[in-house]
Amino acid sequence: MGFFLPLKKVDEMNISSRQQRIVIIGNGMVGHHFVEQLINSEHNCHITVLSGESRLAYDRVYLSSYFSGKTAADLALTDEQTYQDWGVNAVTNAWVTDIDREKQVVTTKSGETYEYDTLVLATGSYPFVPPIPGNDQEHCLVYRTIEDLEAISASAAQSKVGVVVGGGLLGLEAANALKQAGLDTHVVEFAPQLMAVQLDPMGGELLKDKIEALGVQVHTQKATECIEAGETCRYRMKFSDGTHLETDLVLFSAGIRPSDQLAREFGLVIGERGGIVIDNQCKTSDKNVYAIGECALWDKKIYGLVAPGYAMARAAVADIIGNEGEFAGFDMSTKLKLMGVEVGSIGDAHGRTPGALSYTYHNQPEGVYKKLVVDANKSLVLGAVLIGDTSDYDTLLQYALNSIALPDSPESLILPSSGEKPLLGADALGDTATICSCHNVSKGDIVGAIDGGCCSVGDVKSTTKAATGCGGCAALLKNVVDSELEKRGVEVSKAICEHFDYSRQELYHLIQVGKIQSFDELLEKHGKGLGCDICKPAAGSIFASVWNDYILAKQHQPLQDTNDTYLGNMQKDGTYSIVPRVAGGEITPDKLILLGDVAKRYNLYTKITGGQRIDLFGARVDQLPAIWEELVAGGFETGHAYAKALRTVKSCVGSTWCRYGVQDSVGQAIDLENRYKGLRAPHKIKFAVSGCTRECAEAQGKDIGVIATENGWNLYVCGNGGMKPRHADLFATDLDDATLVKYIDRVLMFYTKTADRLQRTSVWMENLEGGLEYLKSVVIDDSLGICDELEAQMQHIADTYQCEWKTTVESPEALKRFRQFVNSDESDSNIQFVTEREQIRPATKAEKFSAGKAIPVELV
Amino acid sequence: MQAQANIIAQWHDVCHVDDLVTNSGVCALIGDVQVAIFSVQLDGEENLYAISNWDPIGEANVMSRGIVGTLTDKIVVASPLYKEHYDLATGTCLERDDISVNTYPVRVEHERVLIEL
Ligand code: SRM
Ligand SMILES: Cc1cc2nc3c(=O)[nH]c(=O)nc-3n(C[C@H](O)[C@H](O)[C@H](O)COP(=O)(O)OP(=O)(O)OC[C@H]3O[C@@H](n4cnc5c(N)ncnc54)[C@H](O)[C@@H]3O)c2cc1C
Ligand code: SF4
Ligand code: FES
Repeated sequence: MGFFLPLKKVDEMNISSRQQRIVIIGNGMVGHHFVEQLINSEHNCHITVLSGESRLAYDRVYLSSYFSGKTAADLALTDEQTYQDWGVNAVTNAWVTDIDREKQVVTTKSGETYEYDTLVLATGSYPFVPPIPGNDQEHCLVYRTIEDLEAISASAAQSKVGVVVGGGLLGLEAANALKQAGLDTHVVEFAPQLMAVQLDPMGGELLKDKIEALGVQVHTQKATECIEAGETCRYRMKFSDGTHLETDLVLFSAGIRPSDQLAREFGLVIGERGGIVIDNQCKTSDKNVYAIGECALWDKKIYGLVAPGYAMARAAVADIIGNEGEFAGFDMSTKLKLMGVEVGSIGDAHGRTPGALSYTYHNQPEGVYKKLVVDANKSLVLGAVLIGDTSDYDTLLQYALNSIALPDSPESLILPSSGEKPLLGADALGDTATICSCHNVSKGDIVGAIDGGCCSVGDVKSTTKAATGCGGCAALLKNVVDSELEKRGVEVSKAICEHFDYSRQELYHLIQVGKIQSFDELLEKHGKGLGCDICKPAAGSIFASVWNDYILAKQHQPLQDTNDTYLGNMQKDGTYSIVPRVAGGEITPDKLILLGDVAKRYNLYTKITGGQRIDLFGARVDQLPAIWEELVAGGFETGHAYAKALRTVKSCVGSTWCRYGVQDSVGQAIDLENRYKGLRAPHKIKFAVSGCTRECAEAQGKDIGVIATENGWNLYVCGNGGMKPRHADLFATDLDDATLVKYIDRVLMFYTKTADRLQRTSVWMENLEGGLEYLKSVVIDDSLGICDELEAQMQHIADTYQCEWKTTVESPEALKRFRQFVNSDESDSNIQFVTEREQIRPATKAEKFSAGKAIPVELV
Repeated sequence: MQAQANIIAQWHDVCHVDDLVTNSGVCALIGDVQVAIFSVQLDGEENLYAISNWDPIGEANVMSRGIVGTLTDKIVVASPLYKEHYDLATGTCLERDDISVNTYPVRVEHERVLIEL
């Protein structure tokens, strides 16, 4: 498929007008970046991509997020359609086994052949598994591909203890994953310290303390001799010093090795310790063959990060299309958060440059360690190590990358802000300063994008791709964009609408602090005009969240959307639906009979909803009070299906009946639904509770998800179904009932206070600066000192709950609203039904006009 | 919703002013025409507006159940179905210049609301 017919004549005749055939082996992150760059260059060529994996490129950097709910689809960097649109012939499961450099043909395992003019090796690397006897048994795994993660998940489900072999960057990330999977986790490292490549011994020691404090045991200076059958666990690892460790799962993360087998076998020059040797244009020893990414060896170095790989891809593309550009080495600085521990390493962290001097700051009580390495003249930053606090990382990196001259006392750069700290603001950077190294975006590129019309971080991101690689530059990017926008006099308006110059969060604050009780008062004090269909419902919702008055109280009624005004969802023909609360989805036969009976007498269409309850459709506005009076008398309450409020708490059957259940999920769901019913929020809120890890209630798709464990409940937050599904994030594990409720109180009230109007928790979370970690610090560590207030506020909501339908049917004044006409008892003649599958449905326009077929509307 | 051509316009007494809801709507039936009546209080002044109750985009009789407000200098109602705004004074749809709704003269006499139709 897709290769060129080797007709000699054509070949000789007109070689230059023929499309260049470029074949890329490997579709990892770098291989994909190469394709993207080549397409962008609009070079006339035919591209074939041979992916050895069963899928196209995905984001390996964020691989671990698979354990916090991301799917293969979330991680995908491209798809077949995109490649097709680009005219790229992409083949998956195409493992290349043979290269004929003479004939310029590659062959895959399944025997397909592809001719090339230019071949690109982007075969990446594979995990090194130390030659320890017993390393090939079941449950001895590695961490590189999505398939690996699937295997780890499966194995973790049958394990209690897990060991990661290797205490480098990846090893610690893997350890975090095992911990999240609920395993008792150990890290075994051969060297005397963790992250020996990036950190000095002092930094390594501090990191170890911090990680052990999180419950992961670290064993340094351990050489594993063999893995044999264990006594208390599946395996026993024996170490050379005579000690041993029992474990059910072994995860090797002891470094990577370049995938250079093909190059080796087919005669390309290989480095002494592996890696395909390349020059500054990323060419191998064969002029028609390039190598890029983790398989390539440049100046005796293998780069195990994406950013240098991307730079190689750009250099190769430049060479192919005849542009200038070369790969000239790369900065290997890293900043990351490992299990909540901030770690940063820049340049020459070990101070190995001759004459290098260093400054250190060590704050033992707070667990902060910083080291700054400078040159002999104290004029340039050579490197740095930051543990426990990486807030200086961006500044230091800019000093190092752009050779910015140091201030007189360089130590001021790492000392806590005792005096004036020379902050390297966005303005101090020159136009050539690199902001995003993954995508090689300079400050000048960002300024250009803004001049070209971008007016938000999001715009700049999609135009320049900055901050879409490893994400390390996001904070700096925001600084640059904000400062540039400010310079241009752009003030990003947060105003909710033309009547208020405030954001929803600010309005919430004004209402709460100013004890404002009505919209008129709010308008008079802080707004102008009459209000509109944006600010009125938003204010109505805030009044409800703060004061929790009866929603149809005279001063609030005109604020509500029609659904809230009539306490039902308006349908396309102007009728309403009726959704009584069925907490946790549990319902008695008598209540089912009542619903059926009411539906039958009022001739309502009946359907089971996606939220485990029953919806009755086709009620006219004037029928609503009578129907609800009967339902309230029968013990039903409003289900708030019409409101931006708690909707349902879905449950699975749980331990009461199910053979796998470990907790009473139905009981928990009912309790939670009863606590939070009536809470009005910026948008609707949905919960679910599952009785075990099989997750039949789909809790990870909800705003609040609760999954039973042997020891209590795991809490997930900010999931979403709907238009843009998002898996919920694991927030806390093994909670008891009281802590669970406490955390939910805080999360929901913090959301209610701070989210934008009509912003679901998922979008709120994605816009929350600091994300999940920040939310955890607010809710679990009370970092803002507001938890008492949040809980008190939620308790107030729970204490002042009223079923608004009950209040309404008891209030003659409120009932006056439920009339079709102020001057007549007739009903809306446009509402007509026909029968379908033994129930009513709204008549179509045509049906309404063909008289006789329509059911005349009768008064009940 | 449509037939009313050759009837000579006359004032109809539809309800008491207390039946109106400030800054919100109610609906009256005159013959077979549904009229949405809004009582709008702005800057201390109370004004009445009457428009057709028929939402020409959503195709249902629902206008009286929309939210009343201002958009720049216009007093509007937002259709409860798909949220288009209609100028209460002229009946024009702010989002679609090919669409408008009927408006009707309305006044108060001895605390009774009268509509001319
Ligand atoms: C009745 C029901 C469909 C059904 O027959 O099953 C339904 C019906 C409506 N949904 Fe839904 N949704 C229903 C379950 C869902 C679910 C499933 C669930 O809850 O498990 C989802 C996806 C889960 C989620 O929300 O994360 C869902 C996602 C939506 C969305 C998209 C929300 C989003 O964040 O993307 C909307 C639009 C919106 O809210 O802005 C929506 C809006 C609506 C509205 C209110 C649209 C409207 O304004 O008329 C529908 C009218 C309800 C009515 O008249 O009673 N409905 N809707 C379900 C009622 C559940 C209940 O008992 O309360
Ligand atoms: C868990 C994890 C976390 C990481 N975190 C970071 C980070 O935070 N920051 C960072 O910069 N980097 C990180 N990395 C490293 C980063 O993912 C790699 O640098 C990057 O993926 C290298 O891209 P590549 O295209 O060279 O190789 P790969 O992504 O490995 O892709 C090579 C592809 O080639 C295929 N292939 C190999 N041989 C053949 C063949 N013979 N025929 C066909 N196909 C073949 C392979 O199957 C593979 O799909 C992380 C890596 C992992 C595993
Ligand atoms: S989630 Fe667990 S307890 Fe609940 S029904 Fe499924 S298997 Fe049973
Ligand atoms: S530096 Fe990696 S995304 Fe910008």
